[in-house]
Amino acid sequence: MTTTVAKLNVPRQEHRVGESLTTLALRRLRRDKLTLLAMFILFVLALLSFTAPITTNWLGVSYTRTNAAETFLPIGAPGHILGTDDLGRDHLARLLYAGQVSLSVGFFAAVLSMTIGVTLGIVTGYFGGFIDDVVNWLIATLTSIPSLFLLLIVSAVLLNSSSSPTVTLVLVLGFLGWTTTTRLVRGETLSIREREYVISARAIGASSLRIMFVHILPNLFSVIVVTMAIDIGSLILAEAGLSFLGLGIKPPTPSWGNMLTGARSFFNTGPHLVIFPGLLIFLSVLCLYIIGDGVRDAFDPTAKD
Amino acid sequence: MVKYTIRRLIQTIPTFFGITIFAYLLMTAAPGGPVAALTFDPRTTPQQRERVAAQLGVNDPWPVQYLRWLAGDDWMRWDSDGDGVSDGSFLLPLDADGDGEPEPPGTRKGIIRGDFGRSFFYRRDVIGMIGERVAATFELGASALFLGVAVGVPVGILAAVNKSGWFDNLTRVMAVCFNAIPIFWLGLILILIFGSWLGILPMGGRTPPVLTGGIPPLWERINHLILPTFVLATGTIAIYSRYMRASMLDVMSQDYMRTATSKGLAARIVWFKHGARNALIPLATFLGPAITGLLAGAAITETIFSWPGLGRFAVEAVKQQDYPVVMAVVIITAISTMLGYILSDIFYALIDPRIRFG
Repeated sequence: MTTTVAKLNVPRQEHRVGESLTTLALRRLRRDKLTLLAMFILFVLALLSFTAPITTNWLGVSYTRTNAAETFLPIGAPGHILGTDDLGRDHLARLLYAGQVSLSVGFFAAVLSMTIGVTLGIVTGYFGGFIDDVVNWLIATLTSIPSLFLLLIVSAVLLNSSSSPTVTLVLVLGFLGWTTTTRLVRGETLSIREREYVISARAIGASSLRIMFVHILPNLFSVIVVTMAIDIGSLILAEAGLSFLGLGIKPPTPSWGNMLTGARSFFNTGPHLVIFPGLLIFLSVLCLYIIGDGVRDAFDPTAKD
Repeated sequence: MVKYTIRRLIQTIPTFFGITIFAYLLMTAAPGGPVAALTFDPRTTPQQRERVAAQLGVNDPWPVQYLRWLAGDDWMRWDSDGDGVSDGSFLLPLDADGDGEPEPPGTRKGIIRGDFGRSFFYRRDVIGMIGERVAATFELGASALFLGVAVGVPVGILAAVNKSGWFDNLTRVMAVCFNAIPIFWLGLILILIFGSWLGILPMGGRTPPVLTGGIPPLWERINHLILPTFVLATGTIAIYSRYMRASMLDVMSQDYMRTATSKGLAARIVWFKHGARNALIPLATFLGPAITGLLAGAAITETIFSWPGLGRFAVEAVKQQDYPVVMAVVIITAISTMLGYILSDIFYALIDPRIRFG
């Protein structure tokens, strides 16, 4: 695997080692400093969020303990690195716990929407016909309502009567977010369906199910990874927007979005409470978008090394 | 051309029905439904509750209820001799509750005739309340679209002309950042800086309160528009600049560009007169998605900036469980989106001579 392009041009080479697109892509990714940095930052953010119980224990702070005597402490106050909020809760602890909620809601909603989107995309692209028409009609309907309105209304209807609002929110985001993925995967499937290896698989009698999941699905790998990264980012943004408006994650469960709900009234008393939650949303979404772009470039078969 | 437009309009009919069914199912799935919303007062007796239910027709089969909401019920039960007593009916029994007296004639006109019912919360006709707020949303949306195009297009052209140069890289980073930034947070930060710390721009609202009557001066209104327009336009700027760059790069590889350069025209003329004009054409198709994006962004932007438009109205209605308002906003924004898509396709076909209507 150490063969380089330069070596290939050496005359009378005995044989060349074939490299798969994935090997090439991974090598390109390893050289892409920006994407690696984004992956690193995202990893650190996730690690800090999910080790929050250990960190807060060590710092001796809690994300739920209120303290009426210590509200709106500034950054660097003794015992509270990032100060405290309007109820005297430690801001850093709340940011870390909120990260758990925001990141996992985005991740699981994306997993759900990808599962639906990829399945529908392959099925409609492969079979076409009636099922394709029905799914296209559903997509046209769902996309003609501006996304945030749709999310607002559905979550308002479902979240009020739900015993576990966080899980419901994941379901709502997942079940409404698959349309773009379906369109992309459907388009790819339409072109893969006509390739020689699919035709030969059909000729030797492979079932439709086998062709779809053994021959077509693996070839969608790069599309799926790219869409997944961008989807997690967009869903984190959607969750933050909903929670900010008071229709997503509800207090006392902290999320980066709902930590900003009352932020307008903190302008004079604690501006640091406005800055950090949004900065963390921005940073994680930015990293995910950069990773998505980087993976797309790495898997681009027309790219040159 | 006319044929094409009519065909596109006919194609939207299934989508329109999809949206109405979806909105209708959502309202019936809402906790308690309309009866609970109207009889929230604990002093309501069961008899009163029954009467409200009968008036709203919630005991009718749901296809009839859906039809009533969609097309009204003045043709389902009517009074032809003007004595105030119903004497004809279609789909509905004349005497629904079996007390020997016919039910009063239907008065609803249905959403396809602009009757969105009355707001549970404000007890007013929804369509009138929407009319009061459309202008504000239009003002904000149009200025954001204008800003998005006015900044995005030149940035895209310059980025394509200086491909892989520092300007191209800078605007690429900017576009990703603009897409990744939560717009409510951007709004809050801008209000914090310009409204609270520097105090040079208003913190929200559409106009300053006018106590003496009359219209506030124009510059005051522009002052109130600056921050929300910028916040709402970030997404549009990001999309238009990237799209314009791709389109311009596409055009720059065309033969006629090389011809223009080889006849000795100045680079500036080649880029802007031959290049940019043709690169702009595909951008027409972005009008539809841009309108959807602006409407979705409006909900958050209007809420942060206390802008009295449709978006904030919808957010409040959702919180107050004011379903007639919510459904009206859904239907109206969905129709504007569909029309936006059709308009952008027609516009595209009009300015690109290579497209023929088949």
